[in-house]
Amino acid sequence: MLRGRAFKFGDGISTDHIIPGRYTHLRSNLTELARHVLEDVDPAFVSRVREGDFIVAGSNFGLGSSREHAPLVIKMAGVRAILAKSAARIFFRNAINLGLPVLICDTDVINDGDELEIDLSAGVVKDLTSGQKLTFGKMPQVMLRILDEGGLIPYIKKHGDFKL
Amino acid sequence: MGETLAEKILSAKSGNNIRAGDIVIASVDLVFIQDTTGPLAVRQFRESGLKKLARPEKTAVFIDHAVPSPTHTLANDHLVLRRFASEAGAIMSEMGEGVCHQLVAESLARPGDIIVASDSHTVTAGGLGAFATGMGSSDVAVAMGLGRTWFRVPESILAEVGGRFQKGVSAKDLILHVIGLIGADGATYKALEFGGDGIKEISMSQRFTVANMAVEAGAKVGLFPADDITRDYLAAQGRKKDYQPVSPDADAIYERTIPIDLGALEPTVAKPHTVDNVALARELKGVKIQQVFIGTCTNGRLDDLEIAASILKGKKRHPGTRLIVAPASRQVLLTALEKGYIQTLVEAGAAVLPPGCGPCLGLHQGALGDGEACLSTSNRNFRGRMGNPKSFVYLGSPATAAATALAGEITDPREAM
Repeated sequence: MLRGRAFKFGDGISTDHIIPGRYTHLRSNLTELARHVLEDVDPAFVSRVREGDFIVAGSNFGLGSSREHAPLVIKMAGVRAILAKSAARIFFRNAINLGLPVLICDTDVINDGDELEIDLSAGVVKDLTSGQKLTFGKMPQVMLRILDEGGLIPYIKKHGDFKL
Repeated sequence: MGETLAEKILSAKSGNNIRAGDIVIASVDLVFIQDTTGPLAVRQFRESGLKKLARPEKTAVFIDHAVPSPTHTLANDHLVLRRFASEAGAIMSEMGEGVCHQLVAESLARPGDIIVASDSHTVTAGGLGAFATGMGSSDVAVAMGLGRTWFRVPESILAEVGGRFQKGVSAKDLILHVIGLIGADGATYKALEFGGDGIKEISMSQRFTVANMAVEAGAKVGLFPADDITRDYLAAQGRKKDYQPVSPDADAIYERTIPIDLGALEPTVAKPHTVDNVALARELKGVKIQQVFIGTCTNGRLDDLEIAASILKGKKRHPGTRLIVAPASRQVLLTALEKGYIQTLVEAGAAVLPPGCGPCLGLHQGALGDGEACLSTSNRNFRGRMGNPKSFVYLGSPATAAATALAGEITDPREAM
């Protein structure tokens, strides 16, 4: 069970919004890189977000480049799940590979700052502030197993290969 | 029941007769990394416990994004990659050789291949009928070690192309038109396949442009069948034996078919700050542009420099508009030098960069000032893409770029031809 606050974002948040190319020189200095997460959309985000919080976004979250640094700096900021109406393909897979769940649901009913409780195995989000209950779509088995192990690298370390 | 191109290639490489929606494990024919995502892939590879590359001769490392290195931190990232390539026995492509996707197209990708790499524009090789897709560093690290990866077999959208381009209109206008039509998430998780009689009018270089931007509609792959044009291209690259025809079955099932008449297309531009925010170039007359950039894996090939040079020949860039040109590869640069295109562009006022990604992703070589606008032949115009969230990026064809460099404002290239 995860519990935290919602940080609302709109539609079409690209990987360039999440971690701009102008910070490419910091990609091997992740602590420094993570200080810039989402700054072009919300400069205050990095100082306000706390361990356990959630990003709640509109459609096509994470479109653009394949940079795994995008979900990585979001995770490093303390975010424990991303809720979105839809997510771009590479970002979605990258986040799961880092053990960061991306849950597809109707995020319109969640307001910025709402307190959320997420039951990953039941597939339910409870908005404790509004009292609303949401369900999110299932992901393929292989992704659930990767998520269970905390990401692709720990999964491969343990199993040595993909098991469908 | 017939198969789409995506189903056909994934069936062959997974050893099963598969359908859209299935999850499969497929062997990969080529894996590559580049200098902005490669260092993390190397770290993940070491962390994974996978000791060796499955096929070193089919694993490549490209230094192309930050070249020559603008900072010591990126120079250190390059050191990581050089050391990895040397220790693991991978193919090493040094800075100055060109953009990974162009080099993969010229030398490595084959029709029917499965290619994965830690760069979203890996889809470019779909122009010659390879199932080529971008993944993150972790996925690519594992693919390097195992020689295979898992896929969800995508549903396919068919763009059925007919007619021929008008003068001044090219593949860039076609793909911008398609993205405008279906939206930036119109093909998410799907294959965007191009077919119909009209593809005979689209050269290999132009097919790479189209496939390259399939990802801007969210697609997993952008695919062309491998036909005579593909065969001739590979033969011209000295790779005759790499050719095999690849085509979808006549009764393949598509989720959606989009008919497109090439003859009805006009020069098209994507406005800030999304790629699907398209308009016709002629509708944007009067929009002042401070920088024009011609290059990248989208439009940095010989025919792109040729059309730009033909428009700029004997003329000068507008005094208020800087012009940057970056050929996509050493081969492109050398041929453009031989043919005089570089001379023409430099005489017209262009600053020519070494082969590489140039200012496309905003890390160096042409970042924009506050309030400035760039007309770029690249593939993305998200806010902040070219190094400054207070700037504006418009995307267009090399012809539109050249006409715009002359006029200092967005210009329909047909006015300048």
